[in-house]
Formats: sequence, C-alpha cells, structure tokens
Amino acid sequence: MVTVKIDGIEVQVQEDTPILKAAEKAGIWIPTMCHSELFEPYGVCRLCSVEVIRGKRTRIVTACNYPVREGLTIQTNSAKIQWIRKIIMELMLSRWPNVKVVSEMAAKLGVKESRFPSLERDEAEDACILCGRCVNVCREVVQAEILAFAHRGIKREVVLPFGDQSNKCIVCGACAHVCPTGHIKMVVEDYKGKKPEFTLGVKTPISVPTLQAVPRVPVIDTESCIYFETGGCQTCAKVCEPQAINYKMEDEIVEVEAGQVLLTTGYDLFDASKLAQYGYGRLDNVYSSLDFEAILNSTGPTGGKVVMKNGNEPRSVGILHCIGSRDVENHPYCSRVCCMYALKFAHLVHDRTDAAIYQFYIDMRAFGKGYEEFYSRLLDEGITMIRGKAAEVVERSHGINGDGSLLIRCEDTLIGKFREIPVDMVVLCNAIEPRHDIEAIRRIFSISKSPDGFFLERHPKLDPTSTMSDGIYIAGCAQGPKDIPDTVAQAGSAAARILSIIAKGEVDIDPIRAFIDEKYCAGCRMCNNLCPYSAIDFIDDKKISQINDVLCKGCGTCVAACPASAITGKGFSDAQIFAELEGLLAI
Amino acid sequence: MAKPKLALYWASSCGGCEIAVLDIQEKILDVANAFDIVFWPVAMDFKYDDVRKMEDKSIDLCLFNGAIRNSENAELAHLLRAKSKALVAFGSCAHEGCIPALANLTTKDAILKWVYKDSPSTVSNNGAVYPQTHTKMPEGEIEIPEMWETVKSLDQVIDVDYYVPGCPPQPFQIWNVIEYILSGKPLPPKGSVLGADEKTCCDECPRERKEKKIKKFFRPYEILSNPNECLLDQGIICMGPATRSGCGALCTKANMPCRGCYGAPPNVVDQGAKMVSALSSVVDSQDPNEIDEILNQIVDPLGTFYRFSMAHSILKRVDKI
Repeated sequence: MVTVKIDGIEVQVQEDTPILKAAEKAGIWIPTMCHSELFEPYGVCRLCSVEVIRGKRTRIVTACNYPVREGLTIQTNSAKIQWIRKIIMELMLSRWPNVKVVSEMAAKLGVKESRFPSLERDEAEDACILCGRCVNVCREVVQAEILAFAHRGIKREVVLPFGDQSNKCIVCGACAHVCPTGHIKMVVEDYKGKKPEFTLGVKTPISVPTLQAVPRVPVIDTESCIYFETGGCQTCAKVCEPQAINYKMEDEIVEVEAGQVLLTTGYDLFDASKLAQYGYGRLDNVYSSLDFEAILNSTGPTGGKVVMKNGNEPRSVGILHCIGSRDVENHPYCSRVCCMYALKFAHLVHDRTDAAIYQFYIDMRAFGKGYEEFYSRLLDEGITMIRGKAAEVVERSHGINGDGSLLIRCEDTLIGKFREIPVDMVVLCNAIEPRHDIEAIRRIFSISKSPDGFFLERHPKLDPTSTMSDGIYIAGCAQGPKDIPDTVAQAGSAAARILSIIAKGEVDIDPIRAFIDEKYCAGCRMCNNLCPYSAIDFIDDKKISQINDVLCKGCGTCVAACPASAITGKGFSDAQIFAELEGLLAI
Repeated sequence: MAKPKLALYWASSCGGCEIAVLDIQEKILDVANAFDIVFWPVAMDFKYDDVRKMEDKSIDLCLFNGAIRNSENAELAHLLRAKSKALVAFGSCAHEGCIPALANLTTKDAILKWVYKDSPSTVSNNGAVYPQTHTKMPEGEIEIPEMWETVKSLDQVIDVDYYVPGCPPQPFQIWNVIEYILSGKPLPPKGSVLGADEKTCCDECPRERKEKKIKKFFRPYEILSNPNECLLDQGIICMGPATRSGCGALCTKANMPCRGCYGAPPNVVDQGAKMVSALSSVVDSQDPNEIDEILNQIVDPLGTFYRFSMAHSILKRVDKI
C-alpha cells in the first residue's frame, strides 16, 4: 500500500493503481470520455489530465493510466487543469457541436461555446467522436479485433476491414453498447428464423430464462455468448463474486431407472412464416402469439408495454385466429386454446393502450368454466369481432398513408362483405402442433400417434392418460392441444394412476402373450424390429429370439410375421384360428 | 429271412429324385444288398402288371416321387398304396407339388393350347392337333392317360405314411432315412417328415443375420452380395426363414438364396403366405407409395414364394378334374 495525496486528501491504495481509481476512492470526480472499466486505459481523450507533483517537479499526466507511487501529490482541479479541460472540450465542441455527451460534458466543465473553427465540423447528433471505446472493446474484450482506426489526423476514423462488412464480425453488439454517441447501431435485416431477442428486443447471452425458472439461476446461451465465439470477454466471470460462472459446463445425460414414465413433452408452435400471406417474419409488427406473450410480459423485452418496433403505441391491433389450425392445408384440428388467449390479448391491450382491437375469428370457442362470461365481458369492453378468417396482411402503401402500417383483408361473413381493416400491429394465433421430435420419442417408448400427430391415448374417453404401453402415461399438449386446467387435470390423473401402481407394489399383466418355441426358432430375426413394445430380444449365444413376457401385449404382429411359425399367440394359435374359420365356413 | 422289398416310382417329376437316390454312390450297393428291389422302372425292367400281380401290402417300403398330374400317375399311386406297407412321398413334387404344381396357376386348356398350338416351335399345317385319351387306329382303339386340370401332391390323392422333402432330397438325408429303416428301430409316427430337421434353413445357414429392414429387393444377379451377411438382409429374397432345415443350407453356402425346396417348417400351414407375411413386415418404409414401389421390385411373387408348395398351399381354386 502506498499513500498519495489528491487535492489535499490522503488515500491509501495499492501501488500502481491508476490515479483515476485512487481519486475515486478519495471521492474526487475526474472527467473522462474514452475511459471504460471494460478495457485497459487508453488515454486518448486527455480529459482526465491531472497535475502530478513529485518534489519540485510538476507534470501533466492522464489520470486513467498513470500509476501512483508512494508520496505522490496530485492536483485534479488546479487552474492549469481546468484550462486544459476547457481547451479539450472546446476543440471537441468545435468538431462535434451536436453530440450529446460532448455538449453535456462541456457544460459540466463550464464551456458554453467553442472559440475554434473546425475543418471537419460534423453536425450529426450521433457523430463518431473517435473515443476508441468500440475499437478497444472489440480488441480487448470481444477479442474479435474487427474494428480499428484508419488514417491519421483529421482523417482518422473507425473502420471495418477494408471498409466493408466482415464475416469475422460476430455481431455481438459490444461496440454499439459502449459507443457513447450512438454512432454504431445494430440493424436486424432479416428476422426470419431469429430468436425473439432479435425480433423483439435485446436479451443478453447470459440471463435467467424466465422468472419462474427452477433453479432460478442465469444460464449462458452458447450460441450468442462472445466467449464461445472468440474465447474473449468473460466479463461475467470477472464480475461474479462467488465465481459461479463455469464455461466448461456441458449438457449432461442423466440416466434414471424408472418403472413408469409420464410423458409431458408439450408442443411446438406452428411456424406462421409458412403462411406467407400473413407476413410473419417479413412485415414489421406482425407477431406470433408467443412473441406477443413476451411483449406483454412485465419482465419481457418491452417491460410489458405494448409498443411497435418504432417504440410507439399501436393505434389499432388485429388478432387473427386459426393460423395453421382448422386449416386442411396444415392442421385440420382446432388448437383449442387460441380463442381464449386471443381474448386475453385483447383484454390486456385494451387495458394498457387506447388501441382499437379487432378479432378475426371463424367460430368463437369459449368452452371452459367462466370462458363465455369472459367473452361477454370483452364484448362489453368494445372489442370489434369480425367473423371471417383473415385472408392476408399487407403493408399499406407508403404513398397514400406514409406510415407503413398494415392492412388486414378479410371477408366478414356476417355481413357478406369483403373488408379491409387498417391496423398498426397484427397478432397471429398460431396452431399448436406436435413436437418436431415426437416420432423419436414415440419410438423410444413404443407408443402410437393419432392421425393429428400427437401421442395416442389408450382410449379417448375412458382412458385418456395411459397408452398402449403399460407404465407409459401422457399428459398435456403432448396428447393433444389443451388449456392449462385440462392439462393439470390430465397430469393429476396420470400421477394418481402411477401412484396407485407404486402403492400396490406389483403389476398385473394380461394372460394373452406371444411366445417363441425355441425348438422351431432358427433366429432369422424377422421379428426383432417389429415389436411395437420392444419385447423381443435376440439371444446371441443361442442364436434365437426371445419374448419378454412382461413387455409383450399379445398384439400378434410377430406371430403373423414369423416365417417359421415358431411364435404362437397364446389363445390364438393357428389351429384355433383355422378351426374358427372352418366353423364359420361350414354354416 | 427274406429281404424286405423296396419299390421306387417316378410320377410327374423331372427325374432328379431318382438320380439323387443314385447319388448315395457306393452305398446303393448296400441298398441292393439289404433290399429286394421289386419295382424301379427307371433303373430296371418292370411292368405295371408285375405290380398288379403282387399281394397287397407285400412291398415293405415304397419311395414315390413326382406329383400327380394325370390319370396314370393316380392309378400307380393307388396301386402302390395298396401293395405297400410304408409309402413315402419322396421329394418335393410328391411332398407338396413342386414345379409341376405351378401349372395350377393356369388351366389345362391354356396349357394344351400353348403347347399344341401357340408356342413358336409348334408347326401344324391343319390346325391344332390336341392329344385325345382314346383314339381309333386301324389296329384298334388306343388309350393314353388323361391330363388333369389340377396338379396334386401325393397325399392329396392317396394316404401317405412319410414324407422326404427336397428338390431333390439330399443324398446324405436319403441315406439317413434308409439307414434308419434298416436299423430296425421303431418307425416314426405316421405323417412324419423324414430326412429333415424341425427348424428353418436359417438354423444351418452360417451367414450373420441382423435385425431385418429392407429398403430394396434385388434379384441375385443385380447385386454383389456379401458372402458373410444374411442374403435377406441384403435385399435378396431368400426363402430360408420359411423353409424347413435339413439340406445343410446348400444354396446360401453357394451364395445363392434358398428357394424353399424343403417345404414349409413344421408348424407352417402355407409356406408362401408365411413368407409374404414375413417380408411385408420388414419393408422399411412408412409411405404407402414407397411401400408399393419396394414391393413391385419382387418379380413373379407367386413363382417365388410358392415355387415348391403350390399344390399344398391354401390358395385353391374350385377343383375340376
């Protein structure tokens, strides 16, 4: 530790601490422009100049990068320093008169106007002030080393390699983040297939996924984290006091032995960009239901405010039902939840904005407890209901209106007329569809799918939670589109079924089984792949196949396929079936 | 003690079964020593009348090969049945119809029309001349056997005691049967299949089998098959899985698929249907059009799956004789 005296105040700091830090400790403000905690001091703006007195010698140094020594005396606000700061600010002001950070700093330091003319006067509000923060952050933090200064003197500027867009740029946005003037902007040119943080607003690569996340800890998105791109940054690790950041953590596969499994794998949202007529992914301010849910979320990208891309509140919002569902080209089934969440959207938009709200529906299906009442309430709130599936969403011609808002075209089937409704924002009620990997899951658990692509229950009315495979249960949207109350009820029922077997401690199986007669099986392995319950194993040392009695359901698939007739369905032997046929034919 | 009497007869067949008997090589001398051969038209000069004159049940063992295709085949079958203690349906034709029974896929009229009229090698100046059962000639009326509408296996015409499958039966299996009978051990129960085993051809096949999934069917000439891998796994239709074992997997060891000559395995009612059922289970596709495409690659399904078992199959037509 060394002791230094700053403006008469003595502070004890580590040797080599920059004066700026020591002054901070002493509670003394030193103006800075190019400085950032993120990277090593750069000392280019000279605004932090201070007087260092050592014995009889006095020197002007930059506080940000001058290391302190024992017994140093520092003046941060002497007449000479004030004069230097003013000159610097006047010079900056003469070149960038309209940049907010410059004029604010000038005002703070008592500079009202510049006495200097400038050869390179830049009137822009977001002009580059050559502070170099972007260059430093790109080099030191991101380690992408894309941005650099080029040319000298008044021609000096920040450039990308060869002045062109570079594929080495990882589009992390760090430069835009540190730019004090807003000169660097992040522009999303193509929303299609991008994550919500691109389409809705900024989200950091390290975040708590949702407020309800369990455990509620932040996770790193390795796809957008700078460290996983360049090996740089690691800012989170530097600031995390308990040192909980672990970049080496990987997805783990945990094997759990279980006698029963409840599948609640959920659903995927229909990709509305497949229906180009609605403009999702192509037109600004056309949102999917999940996007809009994020917008409405108080911890979401807009903090729960209903705003358009330009930050303004919409004057009107159109909510389009049945996007991809009740549609023979996509999903013929009804997704069940959309009517009600569309009403909820309308209610929340009505609550938070003054926008006019239009609902474009085929049929209103307010089927659940309290739902019809909610629908009536919404009608009282003044929502406009238009019965007719919207045909398309187009951009209103800029020439006529100039605001680039949207136009919904549809046939209003109640008045039998074609209508065009201008709106600022469109929300699509996307269909619920089976998970993209449902086929793989189905195979793992040897269960079936119904024609709509969701898991098939054992019986649609009497047994909606279990499947044809004993011990495998299904609940929620994995079984078919359903709302939260139905999902909770189904999952509860499945849990009760599971517990009842656990409590009993043993499993009953039906007597109808297939069995392989070892005497006749030659191990041709015809049956091995067929069993929908994976009950057939090939015994390598005996070179024959064998059926697991507990897994077998007696479906008979293998019995029919066995070319040696070595497999017999108990109770359905060939002899029995032929006798039945003969009996039938004898009549 | 008199030697047991042995009869061999050749009905509708190619004669390969007779050759197979000779293929037991020098052991044929043991057969000649052990048996008194009383009837073997292909090798020695016997007349049907000689048989007619024998006492009933005087022949101890009769090996009858060939399907029953015409009235002469049937007459001899009945005759030998009457004269024999143990009558064996010998070889695939007698066992379950074999190649001659593929004629059951068409009609007698169509066969005669082709052979005596339409086939390119038939030259006739005065229209088609069809064979007649009775023809008046200057010397008197002559009679030839009548061809049947339907080819039958031996057991569809007479009562058969035992079966020896194969096209032809393998010599070592023939010798096993003869040796067994000569040993004087108690005879197996009536209706038994002799000279064969109870599993399927796969049991004897040395090739390595995997879980079956077939995306494309090949005919043997269309593919260079891996000699160590199951032919069916490679897409070559091999009847092995639906064929009784006993031949020693002769064909698959020679890199050719099993054709199914040893007939249906013990529990199988219809060999061809079983194979169709098995193959359709392992076609590797979920798309109906693709499945059709894959199945269309099978050339001549009936001739492939029922090559040897047509007469015994459950595919039947209304019988006409």
